[in-house]
Amino acid sequence: MEVASLLQFERVMKKYADGTPAVSNLNLNIEEGEFVCFIGPSGCGKTTTMKMVNRLIDITEGTIYINGKDIKSQNAVELRRSIGYVIQQVGLMPHMTIKENISLVGTLLKWPSDRKEKRAKELLALVDMPEEYLDKYPHELSGGQQQRIGVLRALAANPPLILMDEPFGALDPITRDSLQEEFKKLQKELNKTIVFVTHDMDEALKLGDRIVIMKDGEVVQADTPEEILRNPANEFVETFLGKDRLIQARPDVTTVGQIMDTDPITVTCGTSLKDAIATMRERHVDTLLVVDRDGTLRGFLDVEAINLNYKKAAYVEDVMETDLFSVSEDSLLKDTTHKILRRGAKYIPVTDGNHHLTGIVTRATMANIVYDTIWGEGQELDSLTATT
Amino acid sequence: MQTFFTEHGTELLVKTWEHLYISFTAVVLGVLVAIPLGILFSRMPKFADKFISVIGVLQTIPSLAILAFFIPLVGIGKVPAIIALFVYSLLPILRNTYIGLRDVDKNVLEAGSGMGMSNWQSIVKVELPLAVPVILAGVRLSTVYLIGWATLAAFIGGGGLGDFIFDGLNLYQPVLIVAGTVPATILAIIADRGLAFAEGKLTSDGLKDSYKAA
Ligand SMILES: Nc1ncnc2c1ncn2[C@@H]1O[C@H](COP(=O)(O)OP(=O)(O)OP(=O)(O)O)[C@@H](O)[C@H]1O
Ligand SMILES: [Mg+2]
Repeated sequence: MEVASLLQFERVMKKYADGTPAVSNLNLNIEEGEFVCFIGPSGCGKTTTMKMVNRLIDITEGTIYINGKDIKSQNAVELRRSIGYVIQQVGLMPHMTIKENISLVGTLLKWPSDRKEKRAKELLALVDMPEEYLDKYPHELSGGQQQRIGVLRALAANPPLILMDEPFGALDPITRDSLQEEFKKLQKELNKTIVFVTHDMDEALKLGDRIVIMKDGEVVQADTPEEILRNPANEFVETFLGKDRLIQARPDVTTVGQIMDTDPITVTCGTSLKDAIATMRERHVDTLLVVDRDGTLRGFLDVEAINLNYKKAAYVEDVMETDLFSVSEDSLLKDTTHKILRRGAKYIPVTDGNHHLTGIVTRATMANIVYDTIWGEGQELDSLTATT
Repeated sequence: MQTFFTEHGTELLVKTWEHLYISFTAVVLGVLVAIPLGILFSRMPKFADKFISVIGVLQTIPSLAILAFFIPLVGIGKVPAIIALFVYSLLPILRNTYIGLRDVDKNVLEAGSGMGMSNWQSIVKVELPLAVPVILAGVRLSTVYLIGWATLAAFIGGGGLGDFIFDGLNLYQPVLIVAGTVPATILAIIADRGLAFAEGKLTSDGLKDSYKAA
């Protein structure tokens, strides 16, 4: 038997009393430990979807399961105590101290006060806030600190599932950035399953293991960030991602095959060194790739090796360097770039599965990409999306 | 002055006590009825808004008329006086309780119920503590008014400092009028300060500074 996902939406539909259809036919499985970001234009049903999970909103049709159990079969209040919940407006209790706020669920669960105190201290330490804050009131904290407490409050009873509705939306970009980092780290450490609603594509790309793009109450695409950037499901997703982001994202998802120079300068085995030098002069290069007759990459030759061995050898295969590093067409550009830079290489040959030379990536190719990313008009992008 | 106290000293104490008794009993009853009613109203805002505006109109009927209106219903004496004042205390307390609860930040409530607070826990742990300043302001207002209006209780035989005032008016003795109004005013001021103090004590520190800052 298949193990049930942590959170399952099965043909979930929501129509508000006034007839507004907010969510239609939502089917989605979320696995344990997964960080899923819901994103979409305002009014597309993100908040509605999230609030159906903790039953703040009733489902009109369909079923939501948590660990295989229909949420309707559970007491709503108890269900909510077992699910973490963070909202954009933070919603800390202004009349309670930070300690009381953090341990609110503990209070509801009737924890003894020493347990609550211990937990509050533990949690505060997670976000590197000193214990003095325990006795402060929310209004004495900055917006970023308040939202940290909002997150801690949701973590207090150690729920496996946490719902977050635009938790960082109201923060300034710098605070938001650091909180995102902090939170992503925390999530990995604690292995929580997170359903995270956001308006901000960068946030979704940064945090999500999977991104669910919604429009008019329906899921348009639900995939990993890489997959969404590489294969946007339709025009809506593309416009939603934005051209800039697609271009910028290229080093992340672009493969070597997409950007390589397909006409590397080569010599075949059996070519004399003299002819090889002539080719170098003619093409203004100082290295040549050596292939055999059927195109298999054998090695490379640089001008110094020729100079050293000119007297002793006659053919290119006698002096070529065979310790050659190459990549395949479908390796990611970002990894390749990394390799080139780390090895201090000027270029890297590209081969197919049979070790046949199919192209080359040079530092110049990479510079062009950087140029396009920063200043480019994305002309290359169109050809790029056409080929994918 | 000296002669007034030798002649009326004990009477003054008795009347002041009566006055306090009448007004505070009315306020306490008002609090006991109006606060739960206000909580109930906060659960049905549509009805509450209408109801409160209608009652607001009735409240403008002069107090003396109300008192007179009560005579045929409950007769004369302390009890009718207390009942009449009680009715008067209801609206300010009810309205403030309702408004105080209604104006609690919706995000705070949502966070609360999202974390698994029951309706009752939300009222006791969140809504009332947050509405305390507003509710107590209503109680304070009611109390001060009632201490003033309680002078009219004499009119229906309820006793209190109003007796001095009525006697003074009937006998053309300004001293008696002063003997009724000054203690009543002092009582009102003491009650006002006392309740303001209680308000401060009952309001969470977390709310005080934000009110100051706002
Ligand atoms: N209580 C309600 N009664 C009627 N319609 C509602 C209610 N709440 C939301 N809606 C409608 O349902 C749709 C989905 O709303 P929802 O709040 O889920 O959107 P959202 O994706 O969270 O939007 P945002 O990004 O603006 O927060 C919208 O058309 C909204 O107007
Ligand atoms: Mg929303």
